Amino acid sequence: MSRSANRSGDGVRRAIETYFRLAPVTVPIYAVLTAVVVGSVVILAAGSNPIDAYAALFRGSFGSGAAVAKTMARSTPFIIASLAVAFGFKAGLFNIGAQGQLLMGALAAAWVGTWGWVAGVPSVIAIPMVLLAGLVGGLLYGGIPGVLKARTGAHEVIVTIMLNAIAARMAEWLINSRRPRILLDVTASVPHTTPIDAAARLPKLIPGTPLHVGFILAVLLCVVVWFVLQRTTVGFEIRTVGANPHAATYAGMSVSRTIILVLALSGALAGIAGAAEVAGGTTGYLTAGQFRNVGFDSIAIALLARANPFAVIPAAVLWGALLTGAGTMQLQAGVSSDLVFVVQALVILFVAADAIVRWVFRVRRPRDIDVTQDGAFAKGWGA
Amino acid sequence: MSEATDAPRVLEARGISKRFPGVLANDKVGLVVHKGEIVCLLGENGAGKSTLMNVVYGLYHPDEGELLVNGKRVVFTSSADAIRAGIGMVHQHFQLVPVLTVAENVVLGHEIRKGPFLDLARARREVAALSKEYGLAVDPDARVEELSVGAQQRVELIKALYRNADILILDEPTAVLTPAEVDHFFGVVRSLVEAGKSVVFITHKLREVLAVADTVTVLRGGKVVGTADPKTATEESLASLMVGRDVVFEVPKGPAHPGHVILSVRELHVADDRGVPTVDGVHLEVRAGEILGVAGVEGNGQRELVEAVAGMRPPVRGHIQIEGHDIGGWSPRRVTQLGVGHVPEDRAKHGLVGTFSVADNLMLNRYNRRPFSRRLVFERAFIRDNAQRGVKEFDIRTPSVDTPAGSLSGGNQQKVVVARELSGDVKLLVVAQPTRGLDVGSVEFIHTQIIQLRDGGAAVLLVSAELDEILALSDRIAVIYRGRVAAVVPRPEATREGCGLLMAGAGEQAPAAPT
Amino acid sequence: MATTTPPDRVETTTPDAEVSRAISRERGLTRLSRLQTLGVLFGVLGVTLIASVAGALPGDDITLVFGLGDAAPKAALDPPNTVLGIGILFVVAAMVALLDRWTGRYAGVALAVASVLFVPLVLVCAIALSATNQTNLLPLFVESLRLGTPIALGALAGLWCERSGVVNIGIEGMMLAAAGVSFVTYAVMSGGNGGGWLWAAVVIAIFVGGLMGLLHAVLSVTFRTDQIVSGVAINLLAFGLTAFLRREVLLPSGVSSAVTLPKVTLPVLSDIPLVGSVLFSGKPIFFMMFIVFVVTKVVLFRTTWGLRVRSVGENPHAADTLGIDVIKTRYQAVIVGGLIAGLAGAWFTLETVGGFDNGMTNGKGFIALAALIFGKWRPWSAFGGAMLFGFAEALGSRIQFLNVAVGGFPFPSQFLQVLPYVVTIIVLAGAIGRAIPPAADGIPYERPR
Repeated sequence: MSRSANRSGDGVRRAIETYFRLAPVTVPIYAVLTAVVVGSVVILAAGSNPIDAYAALFRGSFGSGAAVAKTMARSTPFIIASLAVAFGFKAGLFNIGAQGQLLMGALAAAWVGTWGWVAGVPSVIAIPMVLLAGLVGGLLYGGIPGVLKARTGAHEVIVTIMLNAIAARMAEWLINSRRPRILLDVTASVPHTTPIDAAARLPKLIPGTPLHVGFILAVLLCVVVWFVLQRTTVGFEIRTVGANPHAATYAGMSVSRTIILVLALSGALAGIAGAAEVAGGTTGYLTAGQFRNVGFDSIAIALLARANPFAVIPAAVLWGALLTGAGTMQLQAGVSSDLVFVVQALVILFVAADAIVRWVFRVRRPRDIDVTQDGAFAKGWGA
Repeated sequence: MSEATDAPRVLEARGISKRFPGVLANDKVGLVVHKGEIVCLLGENGAGKSTLMNVVYGLYHPDEGELLVNGKRVVFTSSADAIRAGIGMVHQHFQLVPVLTVAENVVLGHEIRKGPFLDLARARREVAALSKEYGLAVDPDARVEELSVGAQQRVELIKALYRNADILILDEPTAVLTPAEVDHFFGVVRSLVEAGKSVVFITHKLREVLAVADTVTVLRGGKVVGTADPKTATEESLASLMVGRDVVFEVPKGPAHPGHVILSVRELHVADDRGVPTVDGVHLEVRAGEILGVAGVEGNGQRELVEAVAGMRPPVRGHIQIEGHDIGGWSPRRVTQLGVGHVPEDRAKHGLVGTFSVADNLMLNRYNRRPFSRRLVFERAFIRDNAQRGVKEFDIRTPSVDTPAGSLSGGNQQKVVVARELSGDVKLLVVAQPTRGLDVGSVEFIHTQIIQLRDGGAAVLLVSAELDEILALSDRIAVIYRGRVAAVVPRPEATREGCGLLMAGAGEQAPAAPT
Repeated sequence: MATTTPPDRVETTTPDAEVSRAISRERGLTRLSRLQTLGVLFGVLGVTLIASVAGALPGDDITLVFGLGDAAPKAALDPPNTVLGIGILFVVAAMVALLDRWTGRYAGVALAVASVLFVPLVLVCAIALSATNQTNLLPLFVESLRLGTPIALGALAGLWCERSGVVNIGIEGMMLAAAGVSFVTYAVMSGGNGGGWLWAAVVIAIFVGGLMGLLHAVLSVTFRTDQIVSGVAINLLAFGLTAFLRREVLLPSGVSSAVTLPKVTLPVLSDIPLVGSVLFSGKPIFFMMFIVFVVTKVVLFRTTWGLRVRSVGENPHAADTLGIDVIKTRYQAVIVGGLIAGLAGAWFTLETVGGFDNGMTNGKGFIALAALIFGKWRPWSAFGGAMLFGFAEALGSRIQFLNVAVGGFPFPSQFLQVLPYVVTIIVLAGAIGRAIPPAADGIPYERPR
């Protein structure tokens, strides 16, 4: 930090802080832009043209109706799973276990979806059955860290990290085991579960695209979660426990009950995310490695969305778009599709340390800030 | 030690002022310490004793004034500077690392090395030597977390002596000790002085002042109100200096008309967070239409008593009856539903959710009941009306009811808490430190509200460390000392000096008089 | 002294501790003590072993061999009786634990002994149920030590961070970044043909680990970002960067399998019967692990700096009042942790596989975290945990290899793979002893003014 930057620093910092209070979305947007800029440095270092790369990325994710549908389909599990993480944040709980809960929900859905009688009932019963199975699977698996924290004080972060690993191994066994056969489709060359019955599959929103009803469900869940948090007494208790557990105790709320409830419900949401992927995906089955990283990406998305139930939608769509457009970028601009992982990581890095964003900004261009105008940051950093 | 005044001045503070947001903690305070002298700094909680000593120890930077050590002007930027100047401090909350051994704690930061390694053998020897020299018995190899509080205090003393401190500041050193330990501790302090050290001893206990001090400086409200010679002073004269005579506020109040017993506390024992019994057999009764004031120096069990009555802390033993219900083991919610309002001592920690709006904070105790909510869903129109009513009736100065409560001034935050806890059908109000840190206007307003509630037939249990507040509001006064009620005095018979003596433990030997 | 009051730890209270205190206040008293709960578990297990497992095992004697050649020690065991004996010991331990009011400290000892008995129990059952009735334990232990190496080093990396008060869930990412960057450099510079660049790559791995540590310190110490979030960010960043590097640099270079670090056999020492070939013959990072452990133990517990690191992890405020620079000390410790994680990363690519794959650390960083907690933040206990988890992994592949079958079906190796995680959760929930992290672990330090 140079001395001159320090001198003007205080006033500028105060101005920026005021600004960020007024516009809470600015930091995430700014973090994304910073990530894009740093990403273009990486592209340059790899010997390609960043503008071409990002243009191809955009074409691949939003360039056509089909691309948009693909992006939205890709975003669906991210919306629901990051909603699960955001829900935990509201109670001051860090649910790193979305990964495992999602897998448990998916397994439960894949299992229930192959029950004999499910084939015999209409979709209006079969689909809720499968989604409910996912909900219960995630709820129970999310309840474990909840009960452990409430009963013994075991930290939910470590417990859920361990449960993620356990879920991954158990899924591997349940899906791949031949003797005894549990969920495996014995006819498959690459091991996967028996596809769930057609009656239990989520209908497509636009025929011929992967976009399915799960996206609508995801948006509805966001509304429901928002309503529960903001308009109900249960949500009030959750937010109070998150904001000030002492005041919650004082006000007669049960902190331990709330912790169990929140982690179980967070798990239920993640479980629905898994079930909706199984029931809404084009294949209707589940492979052992299918959800690798979805849980951790959801943490990043929830942080990007500042745990706001509505903001997770655009944040998740950004994630889906990056993943969807990556292939086009590789094909058309010659930049490895893995670049999107770098960009994603940079986004979370800058969101996590918004102080860095502010600090970088202050040092580099202290005089150009015009805090009275929206988009002042975009001016300095936009493409 | 009459020759002390001829000895050189080792420490002098001149015109020290220290301002915190909203409080002038030290107002041009002066202090002189001569070599080989024990100076007692006497004052109530919040009188500014600890602030002054933190300035001397380099933890706070004074806004005004100067410090002289051995006659030379010094400016401390951190405690490391103060240590280098020969000042050592034993904080009220010990600064020890519990999992390390005594020897490790003592040398930490000024370690003895043998090559690249820590020379713990020598550290142990040094600790043993210091411990022998000053009669501070402690095992150098014991882990600090396994030691009693008294032994931990000795470790803190050894820490200061190891750093060659010539001036020792002891912040409320006897607060954590048993009577037997206190006597031994005084012996240690005297041996320190005989070895040429000088001691600043912070306390609010009169007996101790008379027992050890060479001179006494009394602080009140951030100012030095006098110095005294313990040879000529009496407990009474010191008490009146400490608590002051000037009446700060007087609220018009009619006579009480006590009705039936609402709160009855019998043989109550409550433990604090560490499991230490702090309420030790309390008997109390509060009737409808009267205010019972609990006077006492903080830390004598008031907090645990209030939390137990409010259902936030299960009693170890004994009975609490509210309107005939034995509430032992009840949740705070059940207690609230009996018609109990509770204004907690720490509004930021317990009373408010700072990030929530004023409206949300105004329903914190009743959000789950009609008409605030119906079948789990909030009735937003009612919540808004309720908030606007509260803001108007209790004169809460806020831009809107949607403003986060944490952004209001302290007085207005407290009014939010009071508005919430005093509305509805309140049969018993439990208030702890209701006006701490508030401006005069807010104090008067809150006092008026409490009296109005009493006149409306509610029972009020008022706990305050401010004797003036107790005297202004109470119909009867219970003085609490070391977890017991030392005496219950009807207001007309209570004097400030009498209460001050009881608060300082003067009535310790006298049998407690339960009501 | 008239009364003994519990120590004043008010200053070191964490928000979490306050929450759990609030929780325990709500719940009132616990019904069963932790030891008793565990006792019940062992009791049930013991009865199950006696009543159903022992009888169901094949009665043929099994032979455990330790070492190669005819001279190797052998032990012949009768599986049903062995299991019966272990079952009885479990029940005894359970009773001692259930009566902990009278048995006092012996309850913990009994349960610890019972826990250790799990190893022979699993071994005996596995071999009894396998197609053979003889197995050589020596390679199994060698493999355990080898597989335990990255876990142990990762646990040490976490130990340094957390002892200074910085939670580290980014061990996985630190290892992955080091593994990827060092291997890519090695492959590009020398074509993966060994030589000086192989050793230089090890240094690069350590350096990259240190850089990741520095990043963690900048985020969590200077900017006081939530330390969990910082760890998540590091994991994602490492995954993205190495995947990108692999695609852009490694794949075009055409190096798919490279020469790994050479095996080193220490003269004389490796000739010691039985243990010599296990402990004194292996690859360099395996040896370095022991050195790093000894150095860590000595530096952390015998030097001035180590004392300061531990003090800022326990009570940074007290350290500050004594003139210790909390921020600087935490930076140093977290970077040292990163360097060690970098060495662990080199184990994957440079010592073992000779190639790089996306996410190839495959959760080892999280097992390392588990080992650290299992070892209650103490170096040698964490080492023990790491080796136990390495053993579970080695046993998993041995069981597959031996065709161990239960009820006519092959025994799933995944059941053994989840053991470390399950055990850690049990430890964390306080059933076996109590895992108490450094008091200031996870709390950013801000100087009061």
